[in-house]
Order: sequence, then C-alpha cells, then structure tokens
Amino acid sequence: MQILNFKKVLAGMTLGCMMTGSVFAATLNLHNGGDASSLDPQKVSGDWENRIVGDIFEGLTTEDAHAEPIPGQAESWEISDDGLTYTFKLRDGIQWSDGEPVTAEDFVYSFQRLMNPETAANYAYLQFAIKNSEKINSGEITDFNELGVKAIDDKTLEITLEQPTPYFLGALTHYTAYPLPKHVVEEKAGDWVRIDNIVTNGPYKPTEWVPGSHVLTTINDKYYDADKLAIDGVKFFTLEDQSAALKRYRAGEFDILTAFPTDQYEWMQENLPGQARAAPFAGLYYYAINNQKAPFDNADVRKALSMSIVREAIGPQVLGTGEIAAYSWVPPGMANYPEPATVAWKDLSQADKNAEAKKLLEGAGYNADNPLKLQLRYNTDENHKRVAVAIASMWKALGVEVELFNTEVKVHYAELQEGQLDVARAGWLADYNDADNFLNLLKGGIDYNYGRYQNDEFDKLLAEANANTDAKERAALLKKAEQIALDESAAIPIYYYLSRNVVSPKVKGFEDNAFDIHRTRWLSIEE
Amino acid sequence: MLTYAFKRTLTALPVLWIAITVCFFVLRLAPGGPFDGERPMPAGIKANLDAHYNLDKPLIQQYAIYIGDVLQGDLGPSFTTEDFSVAEQISIGLPYTLILGGAAFVVSIVFGVLAGIIGALKRNSWSDHTLAALVLLGLVIPNFLMAPILQLLFGIELAWLPVGGWGDGSLRYLVLPVAVLSFPHIARISRLMRGAMIEVLASNFIRTARSKGLGSTPIVMRHALRPSLMPVMSYLGPAAGYLLTGSLVVEQIFGLPGIGRYFINAALNRDYGMVLGTVIFYMVIILILNLIVDLLYAWLDPRVRAQ
Repeated sequence: MQILNFKKVLAGMTLGCMMTGSVFAATLNLHNGGDASSLDPQKVSGDWENRIVGDIFEGLTTEDAHAEPIPGQAESWEISDDGLTYTFKLRDGIQWSDGEPVTAEDFVYSFQRLMNPETAANYAYLQFAIKNSEKINSGEITDFNELGVKAIDDKTLEITLEQPTPYFLGALTHYTAYPLPKHVVEEKAGDWVRIDNIVTNGPYKPTEWVPGSHVLTTINDKYYDADKLAIDGVKFFTLEDQSAALKRYRAGEFDILTAFPTDQYEWMQENLPGQARAAPFAGLYYYAINNQKAPFDNADVRKALSMSIVREAIGPQVLGTGEIAAYSWVPPGMANYPEPATVAWKDLSQADKNAEAKKLLEGAGYNADNPLKLQLRYNTDENHKRVAVAIASMWKALGVEVELFNTEVKVHYAELQEGQLDVARAGWLADYNDADNFLNLLKGGIDYNYGRYQNDEFDKLLAEANANTDAKERAALLKKAEQIALDESAAIPIYYYLSRNVVSPKVKGFEDNAFDIHRTRWLSIEE
Repeated sequence: MLTYAFKRTLTALPVLWIAITVCFFVLRLAPGGPFDGERPMPAGIKANLDAHYNLDKPLIQQYAIYIGDVLQGDLGPSFTTEDFSVAEQISIGLPYTLILGGAAFVVSIVFGVLAGIIGALKRNSWSDHTLAALVLLGLVIPNFLMAPILQLLFGIELAWLPVGGWGDGSLRYLVLPVAVLSFPHIARISRLMRGAMIEVLASNFIRTARSKGLGSTPIVMRHALRPSLMPVMSYLGPAAGYLLTGSLVVEQIFGLPGIGRYFINAALNRDYGMVLGTVIFYMVIILILNLIVDLLYAWLDPRVRAQ
C-alpha cells in the first residue's frame, strides 16, 4: 500500500517535472537562414535544408555531436576484404513515424529513386561510389536492379561499390542516402512530401511548414532513441537577413543563429561573450586562375600572384573573424589524410615572397613600363568585395593593374564554368570527409575546374589513389598530386573557412566541428 | 460603368500577353540559370534537371508550353521550391501580404489625411512645422534603415514589441512592420493632402460657405475634404499596388512570409516560373487597382461622371 502511494507520488512528481520541463525546454528556436525548397532529402542541396531533413530522417549511418559517422538505422556492418562490398544489419524494431517498419527494401527503393534520371536529384553524384549508379543516373543503364544496392532480407542490406571508397560510411550519413518510406511515396507520388502526408524515420517529424516563415518539428515517438531526446522540437526560422537575426537573438526570440554578420564579431565577443563561435570548417576559399589563357598559362605569373598575397592579413584584419591562412589545397583535418601538402615558399618572410614574386613577373616580361593587367571577378557580397579590394591592393604594390569586376552569384558561376575569367573568387565546402573532395576540383575535363588546370600526372595520381585500398598508400598518392598542383600554382588558396554560429548559453551539447553539423538529438536546453 | 470596366479589362489582355512574352525571352537572355550556383553540378545531373523542367526543349517550344499552361490557369512549377507550385506559393504568401499591406494602407490614409488637414488648417504654426519635419524624416530615411532602428528601440532597448516574425499574427507582431511600411506613404499623402486642402480652402465656394457663417469643421468635412482628396486618390493606386504586392525589405528584415520577397529572389534565383508568375500576378493587381481608382475618380468628381 505504502509502495503504491509512493509510486503515485513519484508519478505525480515526474509528471510535474515534465510539465515544467516542457514549459522551458519546449522548442528550440533556430535561425535557419534560407527557405527550404523541399523536405524531400533527394531534392534539397542547402545546408539550411540539411539541418531540417537531417533531424527528420536518418540513414544507415548518422552523425554524432562531432559530425563523425556512427551507426544510424544500421546497427552494424561488415566490409569485404577488397573494400567493395558492405553488408549492413538494420536495427531491430525501427519504424517509420506512421508505425510501419523500416526495411532494407526501403533503402533499395530510395537509392534507385535517387539515381533515377527522372527524379533529377541534384546531389545524386555524392553516392556515385555505388556500383552502376552513375550509369543509371545518366540513362546508360535503364534497369534499376543493376544498382549495387540489394536487400538480402528485411534486415540485411548489401551495397556494392565501383571501387574502394574509404569515406563511404561518412557519405552514407549524407541526406542523399536517407531511406524514404516506399509505401507512402508509391501511394502519394509527388505529394508524399506534403506536410499532411510525410512520414519520416529520424528523431523528429515535421508538423508545420509556412514557406518564408518556418518549419516546425516535433519528436517522432517511433524513433528508437526517442526517450533520450531532450528537446521537444525545433522551429527552423527562415530569415536571410543576418543583422535582423542577431537582433532577434538579442531579444531572446532565437536560441541559435547559424550565421552572423562578420562585422559584428568584435561587438559580439565583447557583449555576448562565449556565444559567437567561429570554428574551423572543412572548406577552402580560393581564387581560380585561368591556366589556359596568356599570360596566366605561365606558372611563374600564377606563382607571383599567389606569393604576393599577405594571407595572414585576410582573416584577422580584412574579415575580422580570424580565418586561417591557406597554403595547402586540402584543408587540414580531413579524414584519411594526415597532413596536407603545402606550397614550398610558405615559410618565407612576406618581404622575401614579394621580392621573389617581383622577380618572377620580371622574368615573364612584366615591369613598370609593361605592367601585368588582370581582371579579378567575384560574386556580389560584402566579404568577397573586401577580400578582393585587399588583394588587389597587394597586387598593386607588385605593379599589377587590377580591374575589379563583380556580378551576382548565378552569373558568376555560370561564366566561371565556361572558363570566362582571368582570376576569380571561388570556394568549396567539403561534401564528404575526404581529401579527394578538394583535389577533384583540379581534375582535367570537369566543369568546376574553373581555371582549367590540366596535368596528366595529377589526374593519374588521383585515379591511382582511388583504386588503392591501403589508406596510407592512398593518402601518399593524393598528397603527391596535391604537391604537383601547388608547385604549379594551379589555383590560389587563400583561407580555410570558418563556421559561424551564435549559441545561447542555455543550449548545451553544441560541439563545434569541421562539418558544422549539429543534430538536435545531441542538444538540450537548460534554464 | 460596367461596359467601361469590361472594355478596360479587354484592352489589358494584349498588354499582359506582351509583358509575359517579353519577360519570358528576356529572362532567358540573362546569363546564369536556375541550377547554377556555388555548387556546380556534374553535366549529367544538370541534364536530368533540365529534362525535368523542360529546359532541354527548344526555347520556342518551352514558350508554347508555358502559354498553354497559363491559358489553363496553371502558373507551372517553381524551379527553386520543389514542394510548392508558383500558384501555391503566391496563394500561401498572399494573406500575409494582404493583412500587412492592407493595414499599412489604412494607416497611411488615416494618418496622412489627418496630418495633411492639420497642416493646412494650422498653416505655418509649430504643429505644421513639426509635421513637415516628420514628413521629411519619413521620406529621407529608407526602410532598410528605419526597420533596424525601430527593432533596436522597441524590440531590444524597450522590449515592448517582438523584433520580428509573424508569431501568432497578433497585433503586436504587426506594429513595427506596418509602421515601417506606412511611414513614407503617410509622409507623401500628408504633403499632397496639405497642398490640395490649402488650394481648396482658398477657392470661391469655400469663401461662400464661410460668408454664410458656416464653422470651420463643417466646412472642412462637408465641402473641402472631398475635392482635396483628388490628388491623394491618384496617388493611392500606385501606393496600394506597392503595398499589396509586398515589400521585400520589410519582409526580409522582419522575417515575414509574404510574397514581396518573390519579386526579387525569384529573379536572382533565375526561377523562371516564379518570375513569370509574379509578373502576371503583379499586372493583374495593377490592372484591378487602376480600374478601382478610375471608378473612385468618377465618384469623387461629378465632372468625370458627366463624361
């Protein structure tokens, strides 16, 4: 009797706690930047969309608080000795938010849909490691059963790859690899993703979507770890104006900002101590330089331009957020890549660099009477402009005449892809945790090798590296390729990106990481 | 009157068609497409997307498809927002814009007309000068500056009002955006009103009314108000058009889900479907507003009616 009473009291207390808890912890208000274009993981491409779909879906593997891959819908896996076959065992009892089981067949269906040309998934190429995927996506193979994804039984999934891919488990955390509810997609077709129809398998499920305003999620109680979630749901706010977002944060309307205006960083460090975070991010800010057009086809000219940039001044002084100077092509800290190669002249003093640069330009026939002239183009943006103005003045000191030319982002990249540039601003954020991701940008014959750098040896080394199953040997080959590109000044690395978040002190569990991925699952709110 | 309205609508149709056609082709001349961006995509993927949106067909065929769809009342898909068609996006955003723009419209007229009357009646007094100064402020401070100032003052320093968002749509969320939207219109309307009122008050029929011993309030309300509204009325058409199609700046800064942002963002995103959809929508709105203004003119001015 007493025990019963005690239980009642305990239950009452827990209920009381839950109620007060829900008053405080209820919903995380997150400034998400852009407007989501879709909740269909195969149709999205932005980091703001990733934040939403990554909370409501989960792949075979998923990200931990540091964005490292950990078991997701799969509880374990085996990799064959040749590195080509992955056999995944799905967790017991995993369900869609409507209570239907998540099966290996759902994954097969999703990967086939991802590669189906009619789906027109713009990020399908991130899973091109899977056997026959690229051929199916280009329409060369029309039988989707040729895809290297097979359901052995309800709980066992086998994925075959084209070649050993050391980052494959990481790539599976990406939203292109999320399973879709076959039973709903087949029934509702394109409408499956409507807020009234959508069924998900992640920690949260969407309940409301007002385009231009917000997406609201709530706990998916069918999720295997639902009882461990500390946050009841997230309101992802659309708001592109970063200054306005900061004001709303100050007024307590937002708990997390996923970006902030760089010129406010100093103010925030003083007035919101510890809340503004600028952390290393797996991304490179660089200038592409036209390797096919005179005089930039001369490696000495490219080297002179690269050497004379005072990189240490860009992050701390020009931008004010302290971005780290880049002397390598691959940002440090990528998986399976111990140490990136660096330019040979990295440690010279700036005076020596400038003297050498001057000599190189003179050797190429440029001097005060015959100055090197170039057009530096960037896409319209306050920060890009500041960097361009600073670098133009550094080049001017060398006697180079620089014309600054800016266009909106669409025009900028469309023309870059056609190779219309002398020198142009570009950037790359890693899609997956591997050096290959960056080195690919300099491979011959691809559109986004904007500078049209072409070196057969470089291409050969990349191909060899990617066919090699030994992680160490592979890294050595990639590094050799990187060194070649740097020695030839294929492009001009400037700085490594920083992620910029503002996190309220009451939000716990937010770990800065190189991919800037922070799943709500790992967060909590404490008053 | 009905025949007149009908005729006006009919003559507008070819204009609409020309606008759509010009817009369609000019858009395609602009460099960069809907799928260009920071993240270049492999050619195969782009080919799939182009096929998905019919962009791989000859331009003239795309045009035929589009016109065909529009004639059936279908504004087509948005290229950047996969889950909502152009018509859906406009219809989702429209109520927000209507509430916001409608409130700003009413506020602009009421305060603008009142300020104008006060200015005219108390000409060159301190109240007239204060109003003139305020008007000047309203005209010279652009909304992208006004909005953050009000947010800082009322949202953060005084913490009286929310800084942004639509919230539950209650009045407190509307105050700041409506103030920012209406301030320049109050300013213009009050100047127009003041000028017109001064002119009317100096005219013969007012002098007659005054000589008959009428007080100042009935003179203003019964005799001077209506004729003074004429110039204001001609300003209201464009003002309503502006307010009812949303304001990019106000919606962006306050994070409101209206349709104003589509006008700029769609063009920047090369969202061909959305740009054309908004052009059609905007033209229809302008058309309707102009019609209403014409009818109001007739109501206000007996001379127009007589024609």
